Amino acid sequence: MINLDLYAPLMLPKEELFTSGHRACQGCAEALAVRIVCKALGRNSIVAMATGCMEIVSSPLPTTAWQIPWIHVAFENAAAVASGVESGLKALMRKGRLPHKKITIAGMAGDGGTADIGLQALSGAMERGHDMIFVCYDNEAYMNTGIQRSSATPFGASTTTSPAGKVKAGQETWKKNMPEIMAAHGIPYVATACSAYPIDLYEKVKRAALVKGPAYVHCLSVCPTGWRIPSGDAIRYGRLAVETAAFPLYEVIDGKYQLTFDSPKLKPITDYFKGQGRFRHLTPEAVARIQERITRDYEKLRAKCENVNK
Amino acid sequence: MTKPADQFKWQELTVGFVIPEPGTAREYHTGDWRSTHPVWDEKKCIKCGRCWVFCPDMAVFQKADQYFTMNPDYCKGCSICSRECPTEAITMLEGK
Ligand SMILES: Cc1ncc(C[n+]2csc(CCOP(=O)(O)OP(=O)(O)O)c2C)c(N)n1
Ligand code: SF4
Ligand code: SF4
Ligand code: SF4
Ligand SMILES: [Mg+2]
Repeated sequence: MINLDLYAPLMLPKEELFTSGHRACQGCAEALAVRIVCKALGRNSIVAMATGCMEIVSSPLPTTAWQIPWIHVAFENAAAVASGVESGLKALMRKGRLPHKKITIAGMAGDGGTADIGLQALSGAMERGHDMIFVCYDNEAYMNTGIQRSSATPFGASTTTSPAGKVKAGQETWKKNMPEIMAAHGIPYVATACSAYPIDLYEKVKRAALVKGPAYVHCLSVCPTGWRIPSGDAIRYGRLAVETAAFPLYEVIDGKYQLTFDSPKLKPITDYFKGQGRFRHLTPEAVARIQERITRDYEKLRAKCENVNK
Repeated sequence: MTKPADQFKWQELTVGFVIPEPGTAREYHTGDWRSTHPVWDEKKCIKCGRCWVFCPDMAVFQKADQYFTMNPDYCKGCSICSRECPTEAITMLEGK
């Protein structure tokens, strides 16, 4: 029997709304995430993007890699601008100055622009109920300015502001659970995704676009430069993050939790850490502590999910 | 068509630095960055499209004969296509 899943990539639209010539590092799975998200958003979309790698690599003046209307805004206000675009279009359509049609509005930012500096604007936009999507491209640090830790950097990861050395062993805080914070806003759609699963990412953004009201997609986006891995390994590590539950994939649709892949047996976290320069310094004790926390968090998540055998 | 940033005079810049033409990044050829390059063995290829879907630089495309290859103008030589091909049809070779 042929494995149809193997041929699933051919179902994605061929048109590229994020084009070649962008300046992302070799093997950047964050650029891949933007590419797939744009395919799902389609031509009738407007994007407001915070500064960060994806903004910098896509728009060095006088060129742009965007094929859809796109605006670069400050670090903190991508969600505020996206919500303003949504309200403005609504007003123009109501007044008959624009024909009524479905235009998808998306705010986008990195993990720094989402979980740290943009959190207030994002919380406001979600709470006000704008009909928009917000996509967080989470590469687990402030990569564009040289790998500084963010609140989304995982425990133990070495960054330039949480360096591993004689005294400290990298990041000393646990990764902020952004998707849960968004779910707590009671918005109709929250999902986690990863560009190592492009079909799943595509489908989730499609669902997010169809939702009436705010939707949030948190996309793990492997960064070979900041994670200190070979450029060809970005997809493999994205898969390992999911298979070890370091980053489980799930959706929260109208408050109902659904696990995307339920692995009966998780891979050990060491499979994921092995070969990543940012975790190289971890002692077996630190790894055991992280494993315990990941297993516990995954069980908590599973308990909330309605589509798993308990 | 646009020209390199250093050839612009300030009077020519648009208000708000608006870039009126979409997709102009294509004029910048990232293929120059490459130090290794992928080569496709069509005898092994099952035309699944994984090399196409995983390329972060939109550098893989499907030819008229349905087999895939890369566009040397943009391929950065990251080797993701080669790592993700299920039949090991893509080999990375030294040089451009
Ligand atoms: C108010 C403000 N502070 C700092 C900066 C400098 N800055 C630009 S991009 C960036 C890091 C972005 O990190 P993240 O949002 O995680 O995106 P990534 O680059 O990792 O994709 C910083 C600190 C800025 N542009 N504006
Ligand atoms: S630093 Fe990381 S996220 Fe930024 S362009 Fe390079 S690989 Fe991509
Ligand atoms: S991934 Fe491999 S088998 Fe699939 S289309 Fe590309 S070269 Fe062919
Ligand atoms: S080596 Fe990297 S950039 Fe070149 S075609 Fe393969 S995936 Fe694309
Ligand atoms: Mg980041």
